[in-house]
Amino acid sequence: MAEVVFFVASLGAIGGAVGVVALRNPFYSVLALVGHLLSLAALFLLLRAEFVAAAQVVVYAGAVMVLYVFVVAYIGGADRPVRTTGPGLGLAAPLFAGALFVELCLAMLGSGLKAIDAQGAPYEAGFGSPGQIGELFLTRFLLPFEVASYLLLIAAVGAVILARRRRGLEEEGLEDVPTVTVADLFRLEPGVGTQAESGGMLQDRRERDERERKGGW
Amino acid sequence: MDIGWYLAVSALVFCTGAGGVLVRRNPLVILLCLELMLNAANLALVAFARMHGSGDGQIFALIVMVVAACEVTIGLGVIVAIHRRRLPVDVDELRELRG
Repeated sequence: MAEVVFFVASLGAIGGAVGVVALRNPFYSVLALVGHLLSLAALFLLLRAEFVAAAQVVVYAGAVMVLYVFVVAYIGGADRPVRTTGPGLGLAAPLFAGALFVELCLAMLGSGLKAIDAQGAPYEAGFGSPGQIGELFLTRFLLPFEVASYLLLIAAVGAVILARRRRGLEEEGLEDVPTVTVADLFRLEPGVGTQAESGGMLQDRRERDERERKGGW
Repeated sequence: MDIGWYLAVSALVFCTGAGGVLVRRNPLVILLCLELMLNAANLALVAFARMHGSGDGQIFALIVMVVAACEVTIGLGVIVAIHRRRLPVDVDELRELRG
């Protein structure tokens, strides 16, 4: 049974990888990658990494691929030929990939790891479970865990800064941007510090009151 | 199944991704091929974790997934910024780093 599942899942993984490279429309490439990730999750399950498989499906095939789909829909999947200029690299790339595969296989066979030809270590209950992963994250791998969370924060802030609109700086010029100096802080009458004031609602109301006091429109 | 078969699949997927990075010109697809290579490494890590019977390799695979998510976020942000500035979304034509 495990052999059949492995065969189907590895076929799906390799087919998905080839589809990512070979399909012309980026949208179809993203869909091929989703299939590849789901097959890979099945392989993780065969390797008794249940938590990694679940995270793969939820985080990768779910969240990250949705991001990809949105960006592909935004940019517009341009149907371009795989390569038009320079036949040299088009021929060299498969050669490079083949040489890399041969080298990787040689490295693995030459590593002298005796357990490569075995099923792996005997299975213990709880191996790869969320409990074991969480315990490892909070004891032995606490520092990588915290660093990873900071990395995610930095990436989120960086993505917002990279992808925001910069219309104010590019089209209108810097001189139109109002500048606030220290002197303004002393000159302005002190406000009440509420959110209504920062949104300009308080000022609107003050102007309306003034208009009404002057006698309507 | 022997661990070696998983490693063979991992090597095949990695080489496919490396060839795709060289062949394709759309930066979106190049990012997808980078994902392929990272996932191949993940498969090898999980296979080695199974081989040794310890959870360290799975922790490493999870960290790799976090790094891949960060890389995707920043890469897609750069691509969206390129698209906003009306530059061609093509790595062969984006050969100058000047703003």
